Amino acid sequence: MTTNQFIAGVGCALMILTPSLAVADIQGQRQVLRRANGAEPSSLDPQLTTGVWESNIISDLFEGLVARDASGATIPGVASSWERSDDGLHYTFHLRDDAQWSDGTPLTAEDFVYAWRRILSPELAAPYAYMLFPIANAEAVNRDDKPAGALGVEASDPHTLEVTLARPNGYFIDMLGHASTYPVPRSAIEAYASDWTKPGHMISNGAFALTEWVSHDHITAIKNPEFHDAENVSLDEVRFLPIDDGRAALNRFRAGEVDLTSSVPTDRIEWARKELPDALHESPILATFYFAFNQRPGSVLNDRRIRESLNLALRRQVITSQITKLNQPSAYSLVPTAIGDYDGPQFDFVNESMDERLAKAKALMKEAGYGPDHPLQLTVDYITNQDTKRIPVAMAAMWKPLGIDVTLNNSDAAVYYSKLRQGDFQIGMAPWIADYDDASNFLDLFHTGVSNNHSGYSNPDYDALMDRAADMLGADARNATMAQAERLLLDDYAMLPVYFYIKAGLVSPTLAGWKSNPMDDHPSRWMHFTKN
Amino acid sequence: MLIYTLKRLLQAIPTLLIVITISFFLMRVAPGGPFDGERQLPPEIEANLMAAYHLDEPLPMQYLRYMGNLLQGDFGPSFKYKDFSVTELIAQGFPVSLEIGGLAILLALIVGLPLGIAAAIKRNSTVDYVVMGTALTGIAVPNFVIAPIFALVFGVLLGWLPAGGWNGGALPNLVLPVVALSIQQIAYIARMMRASMIEVLGSHFIRTARAKGLNEGEVIWRHAIRPALLPVMSYLGPAIAGIITGSVVIEQIFGIPGIGRYFVQGALNRDYTLVMGTVVFYGVLIVLMNLIVDLLYSALDPQIRYDD
Repeated sequence: MTTNQFIAGVGCALMILTPSLAVADIQGQRQVLRRANGAEPSSLDPQLTTGVWESNIISDLFEGLVARDASGATIPGVASSWERSDDGLHYTFHLRDDAQWSDGTPLTAEDFVYAWRRILSPELAAPYAYMLFPIANAEAVNRDDKPAGALGVEASDPHTLEVTLARPNGYFIDMLGHASTYPVPRSAIEAYASDWTKPGHMISNGAFALTEWVSHDHITAIKNPEFHDAENVSLDEVRFLPIDDGRAALNRFRAGEVDLTSSVPTDRIEWARKELPDALHESPILATFYFAFNQRPGSVLNDRRIRESLNLALRRQVITSQITKLNQPSAYSLVPTAIGDYDGPQFDFVNESMDERLAKAKALMKEAGYGPDHPLQLTVDYITNQDTKRIPVAMAAMWKPLGIDVTLNNSDAAVYYSKLRQGDFQIGMAPWIADYDDASNFLDLFHTGVSNNHSGYSNPDYDALMDRAADMLGADARNATMAQAERLLLDDYAMLPVYFYIKAGLVSPTLAGWKSNPMDDHPSRWMHFTKN
Repeated sequence: MLIYTLKRLLQAIPTLLIVITISFFLMRVAPGGPFDGERQLPPEIEANLMAAYHLDEPLPMQYLRYMGNLLQGDFGPSFKYKDFSVTELIAQGFPVSLEIGGLAILLALIVGLPLGIAAAIKRNSTVDYVVMGTALTGIAVPNFVIAPIFALVFGVLLGWLPAGGWNGGALPNLVLPVVALSIQQIAYIARMMRASMIEVLGSHFIRTARAKGLNEGEVIWRHAIRPALLPVMSYLGPAIAGIITGSVVIEQIFGIPGIGRYFVQGALNRDYTLVMGTVVFYGVLIVLMNLIVDLLYSALDPQIRYDD
């Protein structure tokens, strides 16, 4: 090796090492937030995504008519104010004068008209198009029964958006914080088609702008100076890391490589409570873990007595304290108790002792013709997962004394959901995470004909009550009517609720501006480091 | 040699065709599709999606469409990662897997070959037993046990190296994944080299060399090594292809954006195009690696020559 070669070699070695040194240096001077974000996003197009990890990123890159503060409450976003007509069918949104895209061009009402027509266009086949169905003619446009121009949204001037609804909707404003309603940049989409979401092509209007996207490695966004609230954004950079292995995320948090994780492995929860008490956050969120009962024609679970027994005999506390170990609140209803303003009913038996409940359950099963010498064969389906499996195993043991023999079926996610949709199951896990903070998001699941109504439950009285509530404007009257509907659901023992979710995650003690909230919204724009 | 190479490449085409066809139809046989997710789609939307991806056409027609695109180098869009084409995903992931896998094999050769040779030369001594015992442990203990231990000890507890992440391929991020990946290979190569070396050292021409008065060093390094390498070579061909297409476990534990995960994730997501893309890619790689190995054979063993 000659001297020149040696020097070249050392130079190369230094070049390889320098990036890691440089990163450490930069992080000392700039505020860089590293978020372990669960999984690689399936897209960064706000109109094509359905998952939580996607919306975490997208709500940092884009902003809708309304936004969320650090506690998840709704605040003005692109719209600085709005009015609603008395009949609740017409909304007028006044957009900020300084609303801009990240390339400096003004963001106008026309952008929202374009965006909402796009998500409803049949060709896009957007999975969340139905979020906009409250808007007049939205459903017809999505089905290609009416042209895009028929949609009930109009830009009466560049800063005024007029929206007409198909029927009054008590949670419409809240819904406008959902990614499916965000504006999308027409110029980028027309120039690059499906490539518009790549760095260098993407134009966005949120607190951060996309600069790097290495698939399955990282997504980097830097502070967007054109954002209307840029002076209040403290972070210089946010980096999303799609770490799907919970243990790996925990390791990297402990090593100081990430500042936020979105989960904690079940078998490390107790360890984390002892060793990382300042970092561990266990927060209730708006999500229910329940099992669907197949109530299609011919299913044995059409017998209400069986459904009631299964609910009576389930020891929810055992599951939440010993199996999941998160001590989630037991669910005796479908709608989580944390839902705002909603005072919902619970199962009648909630105050009875376990012995009383078991006795009643056995009696009901006997009435239905089953017992330990004449057992009922039931199958419980779940998605293959070491942690999740333990719940159905426990359930089977709890139901055995009633004379029920449970067979467990596990399948991978795609097969599982396919079976669920085809009704090829008896009891199947069906967790539901709220899209917005309203009881209807849960109760709609049991309306006849809704696509997420896995059980095939159909009760005309229930449908009538829910339809009546949908037309009501006053929050109190609406919630009261929905509570009546849920009462029917519970009296029918239409499903098997187990618990309401508690989300565990790690937050670096030096990070401020992260607040527990039921919708699990944590926009990076409110966060900053208190010391480096 | 050139004609032989061309012949082999031409022969590979029907093999690849069969692999692609079987994979294509086998993937579709599995229940569940790419759009079966937690949030069920309303029927009209699902119909539109199926039409957009041509999944509503009869299967043979989809196959012909896929093959037609393939011939033009178009692997199609990923069903799951909608913003990326399969080509983009493989183009991003392969260099990463190549670097990690390549370095792992290099490390395995640098460490494994001398260990195997030493064990063979000092057969039945302490050196031999220690090396072979360690090798057995290396083979027996799986990747997914070693890797998390490395991450925990060196990344978290000692803090000497990053606990995970790729960081553009920075040297500190390479160390743990490469070492974890190479351990099993070191073990295999050491054992194979030892066995092969022992066999060669017992052969006639080595006896002749010693009889001629050559010193032990010359016997080993000039005469024994090359034929002893042959079995290791044939092992290496498919092993390299396998390692380079990514170890799913290592990639997951260390968060490395390679293509290993596309095999497994792609199948679980029913991401037909991604799985097909990785199958084709892997098939081509195996064909090439086997060809290279066969060509190297003739370099190592003068008795092996191919028709001209």
